[in-house]
Amino acid sequence: MARARVLIRPKEGILDPQGKAVERALPALGFDGVEHVRVGRMVELEAEDPERLSELCEKLLANPLIEDYEIESLDGP
Amino acid sequence: MLWGVVQFPGSCDERDALHACSLLGEARMVWHEECDLAGVDAVVVPGGFSYGDYLRAGAIARFSPAMEAVAEFAAAGGPVLGICNGFQVLCEAGLLPGALLRNEDLRFTCRQLELLAAPFDRLTTPEGGQSIERLAIPAKHGEGRYYAPQEMLDQIEASGQVAYRYAPGQNPNGSLRDIAGVRNEAGNVLGLMPHPEHAVDPLTGSTDGLRVFEAVAAVRA
Repeated sequence: MARARVLIRPKEGILDPQGKAVERALPALGFDGVEHVRVGRMVELEAEDPERLSELCEKLLANPLIEDYEIESLDGP
Repeated sequence: MLWGVVQFPGSCDERDALHACSLLGEARMVWHEECDLAGVDAVVVPGGFSYGDYLRAGAIARFSPAMEAVAEFAAAGGPVLGICNGFQVLCEAGLLPGALLRNEDLRFTCRQLELLAAPFDRLTTPEGGQSIERLAIPAKHGEGRYYAPQEMLDQIEASGQVAYRYAPGQNPNGSLRDIAGVRNEAGNVLGLMPHPEHAVDPLTGSTDGLRVFEAVAAVRA
């Protein structure tokens, strides 16, 4: 089984109110100077056929209209 | 006319939808594992939190046997109405353009509001009036911000697919161009975030919701 991690994030230019809320909360905790916070999602999985991961992302894990995704292999080089 | 109301695990507005449909004809529930819509003249995909809304609202429901049947039914020109979560499911299934995102203010909204109904061509109101109609209908959702890329927005506006807009100043979620509901290019699939099925009895303050069901029934006629 191939281990992989899929990172899904809102597409550039799409308003991300979760990211904005996090960004606004940071100064109150003393974390100044943090900007462009974007909140996404991470999915870890094991797949028999890693070749099919992109298709799986396009069809279910991400909505390509609103989200970008990256597939990262968790198996060593 | 027989209406079928799809029920997923996690649906919560299917009873009201069934009641609304029964005011205009016969109605029955369609369990999510059913894949036969034989005899059904119009389908309602109701509101709620299908399959817990895991991953994204509507993302899992889209792959249920009932939704495969609904996709075939829609492709054959059958009238389909998606309400709230049902709208999200239809967008995820690619039966309607666009997507619904988390409300701009991150708050769940629950309120009575006014919609402007566009003059439809095929989804016309029974009177066939061309003037824009105002409907008082409640909305309740956390993920109702309508989004589509600019070009897609221009295209659906040009082709008259924007079915409902929030009245000026009443957009509760940051939807682009105040869009509350859209239809597909053929005109037989309609989705909207507000809940017409909760506005069919004077007891609850408005019967304007019936106009939406009538518009869907008119596709069939």
